[in-house]
Amino acid sequence: MNLSMPENPSQPENPPTSQTLPDAEILFQQLAEKLKPLISADTALVGIHSGGAWLVERLLPLLGANLPHGILDVSFYRDDFASRGLHKENRPSQIPFAVQGHHILLIDDVFYTGRTIRAAMNELFDYGRPASITLAVLVNRGGRELPIAPQIAALEFPLVSTQNLQLLRHEDGRFYLRLEQEVA
Amino acid sequence: MNIHIQHGHLIDPKNKLDARQDIFISLGKVVGIGHAPDGFLAEQVIDATNLIVCPGLIDLSARLREPGFEYKATLESEMLAAAAGGVTSLACPPDTDPVLDEPGLVEMLKHRAKQLNLTHVYPLGALTRQLQGKELTEMCELTEAGCVGFSQADIAITDTLVLFRAMQYAATFGFTVWLRPEETYLAKDGIAHDGEVASRLGLRGIPAIAETIAITTILRLALETGAKVHLCRLSTREGVELVREAKTQGLNVTCDISANHLHLTEYDIGFFNANCHLKPPLRSQRDRDALSIGLADGTIDAVCSDHTPVDDDAKLVPFAEAEAGATGLELLLPLSLKWASEQKIPLSAAIARLTTAPAQILGLDAGHLSVGSNADICIFDPQHYWKIEAKSLISQGKNTPFLGMEVAGKVRFTLLNGRVQFALSPTGG
Amino acid sequence: MNNPQLNQDGQLKHLLSIEGLPKAILKQILDTAESFVGVAEREVKKVPLLRGKTVCNIFFENSTRTRTTFEIAAKRLSADVLNLNVGTSSQAKGESILDTVNNLIAMHADMFVVRHSQSGAAHFIAQHVAPHIHVINAGDGRHSHPTQGLLDVFTIRRYKPDMHNLRVALVGDVLHSRVARSEIHALTTLGVPEIRVIAPKTLLPVQVEKLGVQVYHDMHEGLKGVDVVMMLRLQNERMNGALLPSAQEYFKTYGLTQEKLALAHPDAIVMHPGPMNRGVEIDSAVADGSQSVILPQVTYGIAVRMAVMAILAGSTI
Repeated sequence: MNLSMPENPSQPENPPTSQTLPDAEILFQQLAEKLKPLISADTALVGIHSGGAWLVERLLPLLGANLPHGILDVSFYRDDFASRGLHKENRPSQIPFAVQGHHILLIDDVFYTGRTIRAAMNELFDYGRPASITLAVLVNRGGRELPIAPQIAALEFPLVSTQNLQLLRHEDGRFYLRLEQEVA
Repeated sequence: MNIHIQHGHLIDPKNKLDARQDIFISLGKVVGIGHAPDGFLAEQVIDATNLIVCPGLIDLSARLREPGFEYKATLESEMLAAAAGGVTSLACPPDTDPVLDEPGLVEMLKHRAKQLNLTHVYPLGALTRQLQGKELTEMCELTEAGCVGFSQADIAITDTLVLFRAMQYAATFGFTVWLRPEETYLAKDGIAHDGEVASRLGLRGIPAIAETIAITTILRLALETGAKVHLCRLSTREGVELVREAKTQGLNVTCDISANHLHLTEYDIGFFNANCHLKPPLRSQRDRDALSIGLADGTIDAVCSDHTPVDDDAKLVPFAEAEAGATGLELLLPLSLKWASEQKIPLSAAIARLTTAPAQILGLDAGHLSVGSNADICIFDPQHYWKIEAKSLISQGKNTPFLGMEVAGKVRFTLLNGRVQFALSPTGG
Repeated sequence: MNNPQLNQDGQLKHLLSIEGLPKAILKQILDTAESFVGVAEREVKKVPLLRGKTVCNIFFENSTRTRTTFEIAAKRLSADVLNLNVGTSSQAKGESILDTVNNLIAMHADMFVVRHSQSGAAHFIAQHVAPHIHVINAGDGRHSHPTQGLLDVFTIRRYKPDMHNLRVALVGDVLHSRVARSEIHALTTLGVPEIRVIAPKTLLPVQVEKLGVQVYHDMHEGLKGVDVVMMLRLQNERMNGALLPSAQEYFKTYGLTQEKLALAHPDAIVMHPGPMNRGVEIDSAVADGSQSVILPQVTYGIAVRMAVMAILAGSTI
């Protein structure tokens, strides 16, 4: 595994538009393939609510249905609490296994500033001391603000700060991406 | 000084005057109505165009807070407030510190008031020493010192035998006994009307029967002793009903209500508004409506301000701990006008409740504008709208449930003994 | 009239009373409390939400029990906690409530948890503090004890999730009970269709039915078919006097025994806000029995108080 920190994708000159969005289902398959070699006896999957949790749900049958797994809702650890208050729709984090000694695969949909991951790691450590944490995401959209980056990303997809990329689910559970442009 | 009040609309309920009439004043007396006496030369002319000219108001209950509570208000501040409210005569309850139960104290109060000369002050003496409901006061001496009646203020006599004796004694000399009807035990520790709001807010209640049981007792005792009774601050529908029956049966009883109770109900307490902590408590809408009807049909003789200046510190505590009472001298007129306009009561009938009726209760030759009568006059603008705010009040008491409300009716001039004691400055202050 | 508990955006700014709070806010509190229940089961029972904030418990009326649950809740949110038993200090020296509070604000307290023997005390403080301060009512006179009301409905919801299909009975001293008032408002707001109060006439406030409850004086009648039995505490000083003749007679007429509980729905749960008077309002066999959820109430109380603090601290000015 390449442990060096990947470069922060530079600001794109021609940012993508919704027409040029990649197929989330293909990205998902690629992510699953990249994760397969990392699975060991001590691996546990933890998805970050909500996109990361969906990914874990569909990764489990592919990576091993018996893998210990859980969900983190980082509402109580966010660093913007003082300015934005508590997320109205927070839900319980569920880590129904002992974090102590596990190699955690931390899964999220879109990697952006790194702040959510910071919060998630802090929360994880309140459950116990993991043997390691590996961050895997579907898309790294660039723009990190902390020395944190995904070790595994199905796609590097640089976006500008006025763009917002979201993972969504069809009714049948298939994934798709939505790109929104903030109106200035 | 000779004063000519011209172009005003004169309302004098006693003389059934309700028309545009000029008034002429000389040497403190009214010397002419409609036309000047021969040889009258005005030294001052007051233009009362679009204003109402009426007898100075008579307030049956205003606490001036002297002696003893000068940090809440002083005689001077409150008499100025009275003048600004168009009040030229007021009765003050005996619950000062010390209590008005000795002739010397009454003389001193009368003397101080006379020096300030802003309004006529008529003290009510304590009915029992220290208002403790045990021993009678020297009612004859107190009357000589200037008391116009005897009262227990807000402290009811618990011992019915003492009340019986006090009324017998007062009846012997023809003194009026002023009682706020409240049965002590039923009202004990209570702070709000024992109704829906008190139940919701968890405030200890004072049931309506605390008033009706007391009225029943007092009326029976009045019948038995022949005492002249004035019931103060009625608050309940059933209480009004009892008085109505008694009056029908010819009993010599009068009663008043406060202007607060004419408009407010328990719901005005809202989220524990301490300004609505009053004695008696604000009651239900049905009660309020019955008071309004009772005042209109004459069952209730008079409306008073129940002026009770309370300092901010005494209100800046949780509701139950807050001192009861509200400022009122400057609100008596606008609140009475508000009642009249809402209930479609003729202005002269409303003014009668503030002049003729209270004069009769106090036994004063006042509250009317006849040739030869004292020139105590209130001149007000019924169309002047103003907002009730701390800064718009002269009284040292700034607390009232009506803070923030806009009312119509502002006194422009108040004359006492034929002298202008208050004139509204052009800026409105 | 503006609701003094909400800010201009309709967010919860103070928690003073359950009355007047929209259903959405009650649900937000209860849902957030669900998240905090899990926190208490972790290795580290703390979250960093209120790091750097100071929560001040001012108890003008002593209550070690309630103060402790608020203290634990604040500490699990990483707040610093200051406890002040004013009943024994400043007020005795004549300091006014506002002076006490403003002194603490000068020491940069951010949130106040207030208990006072007078109804309306928490409202009073909330109306007079600086806008960035949050106030939580931990019981004011007979008026309100909103966190207790919330933890009770939280407990009910955990055991009986379908609130729209419930019969709840409150038994005992409703007249003096801030807990009862809070529970009634919480239950009606959340859509519980049938709430009964069971008590002698001396322990019911006038026009209690206007709070949306049905009045019963006979416990056997009142308990028939109910899903939740909430017992209220009877204060010692009220057991003998003009309100009630004796604790023995009260237990006989309104105490909860196995035999009376059998009249309720077989799955009915039994609750009590504590501290209990065993043998006065409740028989030990019931208090410790299989239908009792009295201890879970205590556990959930912490999660509910954490939720309230977290939501308040997160509301903007």
